[in-house]
Amino acid sequence: MNKAFTKIFTIFWKDMLTEFRTREIIISVLVFALLVLVIFSFAFGTGADMTEMTAPGILWVALTFGGIIGLTRTFAVEKENSRLEGLMLCPVDRAVIYWGKLAGSFTFMLAVAVVVTPIFLALFNLPIFLPRLALVIVLALIGFASVGTLFSALAVNTRARDIMLPILFLPVVVPVIVSAVKATVTVLAGAPWGDMLTWLQIMIAFDIIYLVAATLVFEFVVEE
Amino acid sequence: MNGKHALRNGILWGLGFALMIAALYMVFIYVPTEKHTGIIQRIFYFHVPVAWVSFLAFFITFISSILYLWKRQTKWDAIACASVEVGVIFTTLVLITGPIWAKPVWGIWWTWDARLTTSLVLWLIYIAYLLVRSLATEPAKGARYSAVIGIVGFIDVPIVFLTVNMWRTQHPTTIIFEGGLTTPMLMTLLVCIAAFTVLYVLLVIQSSGLKTMEAEIRRLRIIKAE
Repeated sequence: MNKAFTKIFTIFWKDMLTEFRTREIIISVLVFALLVLVIFSFAFGTGADMTEMTAPGILWVALTFGGIIGLTRTFAVEKENSRLEGLMLCPVDRAVIYWGKLAGSFTFMLAVAVVVTPIFLALFNLPIFLPRLALVIVLALIGFASVGTLFSALAVNTRARDIMLPILFLPVVVPVIVSAVKATVTVLAGAPWGDMLTWLQIMIAFDIIYLVAATLVFEFVVEE
Repeated sequence: MNGKHALRNGILWGLGFALMIAALYMVFIYVPTEKHTGIIQRIFYFHVPVAWVSFLAFFITFISSILYLWKRQTKWDAIACASVEVGVIFTTLVLITGPIWAKPVWGIWWTWDARLTTSLVLWLIYIAYLLVRSLATEPAKGARYSAVIGIVGFIDVPIVFLTVNMWRTQHPTTIIFEGGLTTPMLMTLLVCIAAFTVLYVLLVIQSSGLKTMEAEIRRLRIIKAE
């Protein structure tokens, strides 16, 4: 078990190092997510009465679209210089590769969310420090990463790889998006914990189901 | 195709034809018009069986996809794919017949109700399934990828339903089970469900048979080229 963890960490660290040196993914995704935030604010208007209704939706559109861009990149970079083949030659279980890439994607998305969310809260004049919102974001991003890592490994081997990931990813993560938006509404409204419990439960269930299912089927996606 | 298959198909065609004629007779002549919603309620005998078949189709795909990844036999892939094709067409029909009924009864074409939304999300997932298949770089990869989507997509159904149900719901859910249907109505519905199920089985047999033959031709071509 401990050994598997070390292997997962090695793959994860490889992605981190590449990112530190090239700064390809996080910066571009960050800029994109901020643009989505700004454009949607223009599209919906930013009056005080609108904030409560549209703000959670805008945040989640930005995080979802940003997430898709990041997920597309995580396997697209592996496609260059046959790095994917190299990764497959590693003497590790395919599930280990899945978890390594998953940890990488999750960290990228989290890094983007850590910057985007406070900016979002400031733009809409909402309280900046919201630990409950952090919990919602972590649970939703685990869901995004679990499904997204599987599908981006799949999409990268199709002819229309850039469009394939969102087409596959978005319908499957509908429960996460609905729950995340609903939970964010309750957080921003300052409602008690009980109100958001249902949504947290759905996200936890989704995360567990998809982490298990994707671990099981990942080997069929990357096999040559 | 051997004699046994021909006999089975013959029986299924005969049965399907008889059931369809019976269903048409029952829907348009036998069953009384519903008191509150009027003539439009008859679309229910089309809408419900079609919805049932689309869920059945995606369930069959789920099972066949697991069997394909496990056994790697072309026939399971052919059944899974054929079932999705039929399922997508039937889901499209569900999404068309639903609003035709909803407009006069609810006064709106569409509402974000659990069943409607789940059907729409399902439709999108399985369109992605067909897209991946056609855009895969080689048929063997397409078969594997679509099997993965057949599994991962299907386990999403209960989660989507549950989530949207918490979100909002409006669909007339319990009419069938609360005994709101009179005996002639229930009889008509059951005959329609049987008719459409037989139609589904026939379509899948035809389509998967065709796909198996296509795979066989591809295999022979490769042998010949070598």
